[in-house]
Amino acid sequence: MGQERIRVQVEGIVQGVGFRPFVYRLARRHQLTGWVRNTSRGVLLEAEGSNQQLDLFYSALNDDAPPLAAITSIIRSIIATEDSRDFSILPSSSGGGELQISPDCDVCPDCLAELFDPGDRRYQYPFINCTNCGPRYSIITGVPYDRQATTMADFPMCDDCRAEYENPADRRFHAQPNACPVCGPRLYLITATGEKVAGDPVAEAIRLLKSGKIVAVKGTGGYHLAVDPFNGPAVAELRHRKKRNEKPFALMVRDLTQAGVLARLDPIEERLLAGPEKPIVLLCKREGNGIAPQVAPANDYLGLMLASTPLHHLLLRDFIALVMTSGNVSDEPVAYRDREAVESLAGIADYFLGHDRRVHCRNDDSVIRVFQGKPIFLRRSRGYVPRSIRLHEAQKQVLAVGAELKGAICLTRGDHAFMSQHLGDLKNEPNLQFLDQTVSHLRQVLSVNPKVVAHDLHPDYQSTAYAQASSQLLVPVQHHHAHMAACMAENGLEGVVLGVVFDGTGYGPDGTIWGGEFLLGDYRNFRRVGHFSQVPLPGGDAAVREPWRMALSHCHAVFGSDAFSLKLPVFSVLADGDKRLLQRMLEQGLNSPLTSSCGRLFDGAAALIGLRSNVSYEGQAAIELEALAEKGSTEWHYPYAIVATDEKFTLDCRYIIDGLVNDLLAGEAGANMALRFHKAVAAATADICVKAGKAHGVNRVVLSGGVFQNKLLSGEVHDRLVAKGFLVFSHRLVPPNDGGLALGQAVIAGRSDACV
Amino acid sequence: MNGDLILLGHGSGGKLSHQLLDQLIIPSLSGVSLTGQNDAAVVDHEGSRLAFTTDSYVVDPIFFPGGNIGDLAVNGTVNDLAMVGARPLHMSVGLIIEEGFSRSDLSVILASMRSAADLAGVAIVTGDTKVVPRGKADRIFINTSGIGILEHQLHISGSGARVGDKIIINGTIGDHGIAVLAARYGLELVAGIQSDTAALYGLVAELLPEGEYLHVLRDPTRGGVATTLKEIALQSNVTISLQEAALPVKSPVSGVCSILGLDPLHIANEGKLVAVVAADAAERVLAIMRRHPLGLDAAVIGEVVDASAGKMVMETVVGGIRGVDMLTGEQLPRIC
Ligand SMILES: [Fe+3]
Ligand SMILES: [Mg+2]
Ligand SMILES: [Zn+2]
Ligand SMILES: [Zn+2]
Repeated sequence: MGQERIRVQVEGIVQGVGFRPFVYRLARRHQLTGWVRNTSRGVLLEAEGSNQQLDLFYSALNDDAPPLAAITSIIRSIIATEDSRDFSILPSSSGGGELQISPDCDVCPDCLAELFDPGDRRYQYPFINCTNCGPRYSIITGVPYDRQATTMADFPMCDDCRAEYENPADRRFHAQPNACPVCGPRLYLITATGEKVAGDPVAEAIRLLKSGKIVAVKGTGGYHLAVDPFNGPAVAELRHRKKRNEKPFALMVRDLTQAGVLARLDPIEERLLAGPEKPIVLLCKREGNGIAPQVAPANDYLGLMLASTPLHHLLLRDFIALVMTSGNVSDEPVAYRDREAVESLAGIADYFLGHDRRVHCRNDDSVIRVFQGKPIFLRRSRGYVPRSIRLHEAQKQVLAVGAELKGAICLTRGDHAFMSQHLGDLKNEPNLQFLDQTVSHLRQVLSVNPKVVAHDLHPDYQSTAYAQASSQLLVPVQHHHAHMAACMAENGLEGVVLGVVFDGTGYGPDGTIWGGEFLLGDYRNFRRVGHFSQVPLPGGDAAVREPWRMALSHCHAVFGSDAFSLKLPVFSVLADGDKRLLQRMLEQGLNSPLTSSCGRLFDGAAALIGLRSNVSYEGQAAIELEALAEKGSTEWHYPYAIVATDEKFTLDCRYIIDGLVNDLLAGEAGANMALRFHKAVAAATADICVKAGKAHGVNRVVLSGGVFQNKLLSGEVHDRLVAKGFLVFSHRLVPPNDGGLALGQAVIAGRSDACV
Repeated sequence: MNGDLILLGHGSGGKLSHQLLDQLIIPSLSGVSLTGQNDAAVVDHEGSRLAFTTDSYVVDPIFFPGGNIGDLAVNGTVNDLAMVGARPLHMSVGLIIEEGFSRSDLSVILASMRSAADLAGVAIVTGDTKVVPRGKADRIFINTSGIGILEHQLHISGSGARVGDKIIINGTIGDHGIAVLAARYGLELVAGIQSDTAALYGLVAELLPEGEYLHVLRDPTRGGVATTLKEIALQSNVTISLQEAALPVKSPVSGVCSILGLDPLHIANEGKLVAVVAADAAERVLAIMRRHPLGLDAAVIGEVVDASAGKMVMETVVGGIRGVDMLTGEQLPRIC
């Protein structure tokens, strides 16, 4: 069999997606030697081995690439063999800026085999790991990355472990978290009052879960709350104790086969689930799967993840699935310190399955949804953080502090942008402290010391106050400009583009609340060239919690005070006194700032159709409207009007609402109304893009903002724009919602005068 | 935005007001530090400690349920004196009247000033009247200044809060702001929402004997309890923790607030004081307050938990801990 060496140049989105570790694993699987490294254009690699293995390797490079990668070109050439000895990941050719910290990783197949091998010295040892797998980011306390700079410093290695650690031929050579039952961390099971439960902690935890108990389980980035998802009353009890009414719980599933039993999977979803990052993937529920309805009430989707740590694998031997929801009190950060976890979760969990390996950096589960074969982050956290996003240009170091409801920060170094894990709602004080800790930690481990801080224009965001207290050079960034720049940055775009940014609310430079925006610009400047028509947001944030307010506001925009006498169920519950008060609010602008929000338009439509008048989490009504629309069947969509003034295009939403109300009064099916609404918004959006594109000579469109988590709308908008000849760019590496905002802030600041 | 312009928000009592004060007014006029900012200045004069304060009233509308601009102008200044523990003695009144203002309205306002002054035991001893052309003022503006005397050796100041202290309020919050809002927007509200405008010295006087436990007194007017407590947290460099469930709010006020989407914590009061007191005196203070007609609904609403950072947090009814801040201007939506 012939020996050969190939060089492969891969281009596209191949950095920041776990491509090099993927190549490394693939090369090892095919017994190849050589190296892989990042270049300014993508990834370059050389591999040497048998022809047959090289062929398999080469086709897998494309076919099995990490789902987040988007390969635009892959070129192979045959070069002279070198007789290399191993396969390695080399520093990038640009040099510098290379110090990177690995994300936490699931347990690898080799370790998993040992875990279940009764003859192995780590048989059933829940902390088994090797150089290819195990905790990283969550246990690192400093740099350089070695055992002393991790929470494994607490565990001196036994002779056996040390021998592995020091042997270059061993797969645990310099595996920093290396451990075994003799020298490593230990599990324990305690009651909520701290008493030890006798017996094997895993076996006892399984028994307790089977009997309907709620067990807090310490994972990689913090605690989960586990309960048996087939036990309705137990799940209901968890909801009650966690004070979480409707937001779906995630499930951890034993394997892909079981995942396929509970939900429908396509190949991309399978690869995401099975990949080393082990995110939660939102999947279409299979009816009759036996999961208690309380797990994800009124929802066609299930959030599934596969077991990622050895402990999860041990627990799931006896379950098809377990509810594994973040171990936190309502909106607080996930508990990660053992004593605090017991204190804060004692009212929720009956038992705690913990251990003595400290979590230094808490890290919640990542959440991904796939549409049209493309993964989109709803939350980018464990498994992906702190992988960097490669910027088109190197820039001065910047700290960007993000928004508020979905906190996440970004630090830049050279041409790398590092997004932090999900920090939660910063209005909650503990989350704000978490942000502060994360800033210090990332500054330390990334060895950066930014003197420029980017923040949102919103004067009352906690992140804004945090930035203002920092006494650094501040760069305030408009919310939707940041969304647009985030999408540009991850797609490596330069020059002027059209940004279609749809979200809930963001502070506009004119003091009104934006959220249905068409922006023309680049990283330095932008201009608002279109937006949705403005309506009052009666009661400010109360309108987010109570979508009926937006239904009323939009109807008032169409029908004036007659809106109050519309024979619609959504208004029938309002008391006469409240109606009068609301009318004054709308007509006199009393605590009713004007907004062009797209997200709130969706809320209003959902409330009108009667889906819900109140939500228990942000975006719930819009999510349900989308699910309803997917059941609809109609070619027609509601009419809309576009008003052009001074090269600015305003979508007059009144025609859409009028059409919807006519359908409602005529008794049309909800699913069809929901679909007509979606199509109307998509058609109007494409229409404005065409007009604005023509007026300003642009043909590149970026789609950003939380509304683009909506599969149906994204798909419709995308297809219509492509059909009109636009180049359309979406998010792939960071969430379209505020969780990705800091990336845009960071690049805008990096290109601003503050960094010149 | 043009940075040169004074915005409405600069008068809201919130963040912008503080910026204007710290960056322009105080550095230009004197050297008073933030920690020295109290409702009234305390000056030594020939062995006596005198308190001196001034305030202007531009409330719209000038008549509202429970009061009008006149008694508001007297009570407000009396209360600013009371918040440093001073017994109010003398007041001045400056009137700026728009051409065309009704004489009978003026006489109603003056009558309520007089009776408020009598009730508070303060003498109006000097004054001034100006009339400006139509459109140069909105009906009537009133400025009042007051002098009071401290008849004790206590130092009651915004910088006096200490870890462990309890935060007590003498009654329900948000009444004044909602009453004025109702009048301004012509809202026919559920009966019973009235401004709480009242002179507080009588209540303060009950608290003063052996008053070492009395660390801070402050009237939570513009910007509401949230702004006032945040100021105290900053001045004392402590963290204040509130209990949402403990906040006394009349049910019609909370009902209207919930429809309007407003937080009672940020709504003005004109007859309320927050007292920051040593923990072991809390029960006694509460008892004294509840015996007084202006303190029937008094409640402990929080405590000082940490000697750092000038922060304020609130334990919410759902069990979270939320940061509370003063507002920049109006309450702005912030959920994306
Ligand atoms: Fe946003
Ligand atoms: Mg005052
Ligand atoms: Zn391994
Ligand atoms: Zn060992």
